[in-house]
Amino acid sequence: MALDKNQIAQRIAQELEHNTYVNLGIGIPTLVANYIPKGIDIEFQSENGVLGMGPFPYAGDEDPDLINAGKQTITTLDGAVLFDSATSFAMIRGQHVQLTVLGAMEVSENGDIANWKIPGKMVKGMGGAMDLVASADNIIVAMMHTNRAGESKILKQCTLPITGVNCVKKVVTDLAVLEVTKKGFKLLERAPGVSVEEIKNVTDAKLIIEGEILEMIL
Amino acid sequence: MINKTVDNIEKALEGVESNMTFMFGGFGLSGIPENAIASLSQKEIFGLTCISNNAGVDDFGLGLLLKRKQIKKMISSYVGENAEFERQMLSGELEVDLIPQGSLAERCRAGGAGIPAFFTPAGYGTEVAQGKEMREYNGKPHILETALTADFAFVKAWKGDAAGNLVFKGTARNFNPLMAMAGKITIAEVEELLPVGELDPNQIHTPGIFIQRIFQGEKYEKRIEQRTVRIKE
Repeated sequence: MALDKNQIAQRIAQELEHNTYVNLGIGIPTLVANYIPKGIDIEFQSENGVLGMGPFPYAGDEDPDLINAGKQTITTLDGAVLFDSATSFAMIRGQHVQLTVLGAMEVSENGDIANWKIPGKMVKGMGGAMDLVASADNIIVAMMHTNRAGESKILKQCTLPITGVNCVKKVVTDLAVLEVTKKGFKLLERAPGVSVEEIKNVTDAKLIIEGEILEMIL
Repeated sequence: MINKTVDNIEKALEGVESNMTFMFGGFGLSGIPENAIASLSQKEIFGLTCISNNAGVDDFGLGLLLKRKQIKKMISSYVGENAEFERQMLSGELEVDLIPQGSLAERCRAGGAGIPAFFTPAGYGTEVAQGKEMREYNGKPHILETALTADFAFVKAWKGDAAGNLVFKGTARNFNPLMAMAGKITIAEVEELLPVGELDPNQIHTPGIFIQRIFQGEKYEKRIEQRTVRIKE
């Protein structure tokens, strides 16, 4: 069975390290906050200017002056801090935020990512994505393995305008966990009940497969 | 104390003309200068270049200026919430310069800080880097980005005083302090205008030196774009 979006987030949450600052992108990455393992302390940064972001407010407590980068109403936790956009991106570009999790339309085997533009169709802008991928030490992509047309999003080379070069470290899809190595995508884990063969069949890029590939444990 | 107070929005907007460059603080609809935008959208000024992280929604924020076709060019990082914007952009009526959000913030900050340009890793290897100088530092490629300034910068704060000192609330701070620095004339609208001495100098976010005019805004709508809540267990 392929993973659903929540399960992708759940698997990515296993990558979180204790006492780190993390920026979660819009979509599946946002869900990662729901699965922080016990004993792991994380502070979430949102690039519009908050560190120490908490869950959504209770109905009636929404504050228009307190939103995340997805423009959703949020809360802050004890120890939170608010700042301007230049300070926020100083945290990001200056590599003070250790991990970025974001969605993608395509990832290539050298770690390029495309997630901001479909020429002639979707031109919404890159927001903070280019700054985030240009700098973070660790970048994990959360996405479906294929697009709506069933085509692989794991590619030899990106076909869409790229957001950043040579930056993605790991990809977690509904089918697999992949590591971006100097030699290309290495298959680390497969979704429960999904065979290596099935993954190969829907992957455009060449996969490095060494030894037995275990199922993800959720 | 240099008094920056103006009595009303009309006095605050004195000198705005067609073909000028304006900056607008705000992220999405949070922290936007609602009074200034509403008033500008009533004026017969056109051909504007607007620098703002977003472009409002169809019937609020900068969407009001777009609807009247007052804007010639937008410089933004993300414009996904505005159908009229998309229509004007795809038809070629509106010129759009999309730039990474961190570069936008830093370009405004640099503009106000007397730094004409800087190198950043953001955008290297992408469309954004086209035509820009590239240089390696510490083995990593960077691109040259230039500072931004504006004829007028419009910012919105929670509290302010007659000296132009500003305090922001929550994530409504965002681009406001940076654009405040980058305006040749910066106009601050505040929810609460206090007499000098009321704000604690230790707690001021934007020093009044960056502000030329300040007034108390009215009827803040503060629209929420994505109302997300959790259920009480």
